[in-house]
Amino acid sequence: MSTDYIDNQSHMSDEDSGTYDEWIPSFCSRFGHEYFCVVPTDFIEDDFNMTSLAQDVPHYRKALDLILDLEEVSEDEDDIAERESQATNKYDQDGDQNMEGQIKEKDGKGKTQMVNHSIIEHAAEQLYGLIHARFILTKQGLQEMAEKFDHKQFGTCPRYYCNGMQLLPCGLSDTIGKHTVRLYCPSCQDLYLPQSSRFLCLEGAYWGTSFPGVFLKHFKALEDYVERKGKESYQLKVFGFKIADEAVSGQRMKWLRQYPSTEEEWDEFAKCEFELPKV
Amino acid sequence: MAEQNSMETRALSERDIDMTNELGSDSSEDVDMWIEIFLGRKGHEYFCEVDPEYITDRFNLINLQKSVAKFSQVVQYIVDNLDEDTLENMPRQRLEQLEKDARKFYGLIHARYIITVKGLQKMYSKYKDADFGRCLRVYCNFQPLLPVGLHDAPGYECVKLYCPSCEDLYNPKSSRHASIDGAYFGTTFPGMFLQAYPELTPKHPVKRYVPKIFGFELHKQAQLARWQEVQRLKLVKNLEEKNVNLSKNGGYKALE
Repeated sequence: MSTDYIDNQSHMSDEDSGTYDEWIPSFCSRFGHEYFCVVPTDFIEDDFNMTSLAQDVPHYRKALDLILDLEEVSEDEDDIAERESQATNKYDQDGDQNMEGQIKEKDGKGKTQMVNHSIIEHAAEQLYGLIHARFILTKQGLQEMAEKFDHKQFGTCPRYYCNGMQLLPCGLSDTIGKHTVRLYCPSCQDLYLPQSSRFLCLEGAYWGTSFPGVFLKHFKALEDYVERKGKESYQLKVFGFKIADEAVSGQRMKWLRQYPSTEEEWDEFAKCEFELPKV
Repeated sequence: MAEQNSMETRALSERDIDMTNELGSDSSEDVDMWIEIFLGRKGHEYFCEVDPEYITDRFNLINLQKSVAKFSQVVQYIVDNLDEDTLENMPRQRLEQLEKDARKFYGLIHARYIITVKGLQKMYSKYKDADFGRCLRVYCNFQPLLPVGLHDAPGYECVKLYCPSCEDLYNPKSSRHASIDGAYFGTTFPGMFLQAYPELTPKHPVKRYVPKIFGFELHKQAQLARWQEVQRLKLVKNLEEKNVNLSKNGGYKALE
């Protein structure tokens, strides 16, 4: 299915011009965008998948056209007509020439159009990010993210006892502009910042809050693997002696990496099923 | 004004060079100190400068004699006391071996030096500058890290970083640092450091992350987080019975 689609695309671009860049692949291959996977166009073209996104992103129609490489059609304000012409998905060389003519005529407006373009580019990036957050929760999206996960494209856990466990990208909010992307380690179940500074400014909502959870539930083998892993933890020592609990630097965070092991602890664990029991 | 400034700095740097020349002049005319070159090398940012007096004091070297061949020569080489003729007549291979031994030996002395009062002070300023990096754990809030070894003997494991906030162990970010022997910092350093500067022990974060799907927590992970919270509450209860103040350093941050 998807290969078919790519074939179509390349065919189309050949017709258009020799050096025609498709928006989605070029966005995903940009430096620092290694966490993104390519969302297939048929996912985006399905209006059901886009439900309510029009309210979240400004210039929704134009941004969507840009993502789908349909932006050359026209500068017309008449969006509906535009959509109809795109629905056929093909337009001829003449249309392009007409548009060039229009731009020359509107030379005075040239500058505002340039500004518009960068605004729409920005809106397109936001829109793509939000579509991406939805896509990676689908079966196909999970598969593609799993491939990236296997290739350690999201990095590995910096924690020593996690033994280089691969990380999963994760948002702390599903709306844009709140938090940057974080990485979840399935082994220590903790959140980390990306090692490389180029990922530090990526918007977290482009992966969404549900992704690590859905990923863990979809690939059961991963959860089992993590459960079988060693549960070592570190304790600070001075000349081989542990530091007294009463000291200021005494151990305070053991619980963070603790797992039930004795029967008593498992009983206690069972009591924690629905609420925090009284201590 | 700016020109004058740059002139001044140039004059200063020239004087600095003169000074190092003067210091090094007992062994040779214009050679930099070995320790300075060692510290300036890429990837050696974790090391601090060990006083030459500390290195030459035999008492500090007890039990290190057998760690390298030709021990006294190595010591002299590190403090630039080896006379030039010996160095010049040395075959290339021997010189390379000497350099290698010197680096190892410096590392081992370094591990001892950084738990002395002076060494702790030097490491304190490096810690303040976050020379060892910061904890990547989100809830640790960029806590500066401390280097630590897992063994005191060289050749076992590379250096790791200890986070005083989550009390966990992390791998260094850069591979250049990740390949330094852990014994050059020793197993005791972070513990000793926090004993010496208890005010640096941060308040520990209590906040946890539990994966959610459309706002609902994953059951298994949430259950474990609750159980771990119970363990923490038990510790708090225990410590409060012993009258430990948990609202100050070494206590817990309040949940926002």
